[in-house]
Amino acid sequence: MNPTNYLVLASVLFTLGAMTVLLRRNAVIAFMGVELMLNASNLALVHLSRHHGDLQGQVLAFFVMVVAAAEVVVGLAIIVAIFKTRRSASVDDADLLKG
Amino acid sequence: MNGFVAPEVAWGALSPVLVVLGAAVLGVLVEAFAPPAARRIVQPLLALAAVAGALVAVALLWGDVERTGGTVVLGGSVVLDGPALVTQGVVALLALLSLLVLADRSRAGQGAIAPLVAAVPGSETERLARRRGLVQTEVYPLVLFATGGMLVFPAAGDLLTLFVALEVLSLPLYLLSGTARERRLLSQEASLKYFLLGAFASALLLFGIVLLYGYAGSLRYADIAAATADPSALDALLVLGAVLVLVGLLFKVGAVPFHSWTPDVYQGAPTPITGFMAACTKVAALGALLRFAYVVVPGLEWDLAPMLWAVAIVTMVGGTVVAAVQSDVKRMLAYSSIAHAGFLLTGVVALDELGVGAVLFYGLVYGVATIGAFGVVAMVRQSGPGDAGDLEATDLAQWNGLARRHPLLALAFAVFLLSFAGIPLTAGFLGKFGVFSAAVAGGAWPLALVGVLTSAAAAYFYVRVIVRMYFTGGAGTGDEAPVATADDAAATQDLAPAGGVPGGAAAAESAGGRLPVTPDARGVTTTGPSPAAAAGAPAGATTAVLDAPPAPSGAVRAAGPVRAVTSGPAAVAVGLCLVATVLVGVLPQPVLDLVGRVAVFLP
Repeated sequence: MNPTNYLVLASVLFTLGAMTVLLRRNAVIAFMGVELMLNASNLALVHLSRHHGDLQGQVLAFFVMVVAAAEVVVGLAIIVAIFKTRRSASVDDADLLKG
Repeated sequence: MNGFVAPEVAWGALSPVLVVLGAAVLGVLVEAFAPPAARRIVQPLLALAAVAGALVAVALLWGDVERTGGTVVLGGSVVLDGPALVTQGVVALLALLSLLVLADRSRAGQGAIAPLVAAVPGSETERLARRRGLVQTEVYPLVLFATGGMLVFPAAGDLLTLFVALEVLSLPLYLLSGTARERRLLSQEASLKYFLLGAFASALLLFGIVLLYGYAGSLRYADIAAATADPSALDALLVLGAVLVLVGLLFKVGAVPFHSWTPDVYQGAPTPITGFMAACTKVAALGALLRFAYVVVPGLEWDLAPMLWAVAIVTMVGGTVVAAVQSDVKRMLAYSSIAHAGFLLTGVVALDELGVGAVLFYGLVYGVATIGAFGVVAMVRQSGPGDAGDLEATDLAQWNGLARRHPLLALAFAVFLLSFAGIPLTAGFLGKFGVFSAAVAGGAWPLALVGVLTSAAAAYFYVRVIVRMYFTGGAGTGDEAPVATADDAAATQDLAPAGGVPGGAAAAESAGGRLPVTPDARGVTTTGPSPAAAAGAPAGATTAVLDAPPAPSGAVRAAGPVRAVTSGPAAVAVGLCLVATVLVGVLPQPVLDLVGRVAVFLP
């Protein structure tokens, strides 16, 4: 299989994730978009690591997974706190700060 | 069978980071095992000691780095050269000052942090927590973790370390911005916005790292820099990757197309944390940006310079123009910090040898003035309704005539603003002079021109605040602020006691003693409108305050008399910042020499 296909797939997934973050209103869904972006990067990293015959990319992929897990903890804590206050996780409702 | 060789680690070179992160882990243990009363004392002291320890470690490493040019640790994952060490020293110093502001508490024992962050705002749980006098001391370990990330960030020698350091510094900050005691809703909202945008930006940075790895086949800065030298068919990967990494770093710096989070987060976060973010994050991110621009992609100057030039110009102009129309002091300082990010970027874009030292020096100068300014904002308070305690008076209209009641505080704030504006004899002037001359030397004179013009324009809104504090207020200023009615009544009654305020910086810095506030604060409680009366008063007095977002409980934010409240540490921090700003402004040479001698990157 053509090696660039993996990169194309990763780019498509990354773009889908970015569009999710930018277009969806629910904070949890937007956050899922971020996770999709991170995992698209992981796919590309693992592929490039094999392509270059070098382990650094795979090591970075592991670090990204750990970081993503930490980010989930922090992110869901914030989203749950704001949901408990407002009974809504929509990012459009969070509009008190402006000017 | 086992070919594993344990790596050589130069632990000494990592000591500033290790001290801070070790103390952070210790802080988590203290949080788990110490009783609440002990935590309140132990946590701030532990945090202060850790950051001071990091500062000492930097000082111990200094001579070595100056002699040898630096150390490469862990095969290049961390590079401790001159710029990295200077940035670490500046970050540790600024973190020390912000921790002092954070440790400050009002007379009623309230700090800037909510008693129970997880409680729903306005709920019975929150009221109970407030009555029981709980304190969320987890903020100190969180600040230490963030500081640890900031110490690694500018020293990162490969993209993996860069990414991990970015996350280590960001994740605690997302949480910290949601911990404000007052205006819980705004604080939570700031936290959500910062988190979503920050996570998005770090995902972009990660994809940039992936593309650079795809191009160079290595994550090390040195290898990537070597790979940029010979052109190949994959140049698109290289340029796109470098652009995405720069976007991630510029987001942290708060440069204009990527700045949208800055004003909201700076306004919603607890004020001491805002000072910490505005100063330390910016300095650390600039350190990382400098290394990336000078070490990894100097070969791409022709491709990246247009983007960086555009970002620097838009940042300077945008930050200045929008700051001029703000009516909230925290928001104004937020936009002014965006403008300063632009000035700092001119030094980065210059890609000139002078630029490194100039940017580092400006980072120090800007950080000290920023923490001082936010420290003053944290101290200027009014009494809130009911049992809410003291609330920050962030509406600029409430600062009218501050100088009359608190001359020292107003003087300090005025000096910080003049330093921001870059008036000679303050440190800010030399900082700006340094980055602009580096820009001219690097052939970026249009940037320097825009910088000088926007600095002149920025002086307008800084001086406007000074005019407010010194020459407005009292009688006959009905056009300035509707809120001033209740305020003025208190102000006039305050005049007599304020006249007897003792002067001298020693009074402000005396530990444990409040600013010379007590006499007029007492006057206010007896003669000024009581919070309850103000809340019930007809709209005239409270309209301007009502325009501000409602307090979580739905209660009216009473326009109580504005006064300075501190238990000591914040006054010490503001005093230190004031002394540093003036001293560096008058006698800059030692600091300039110190920074200039080591401002060379290891390849």
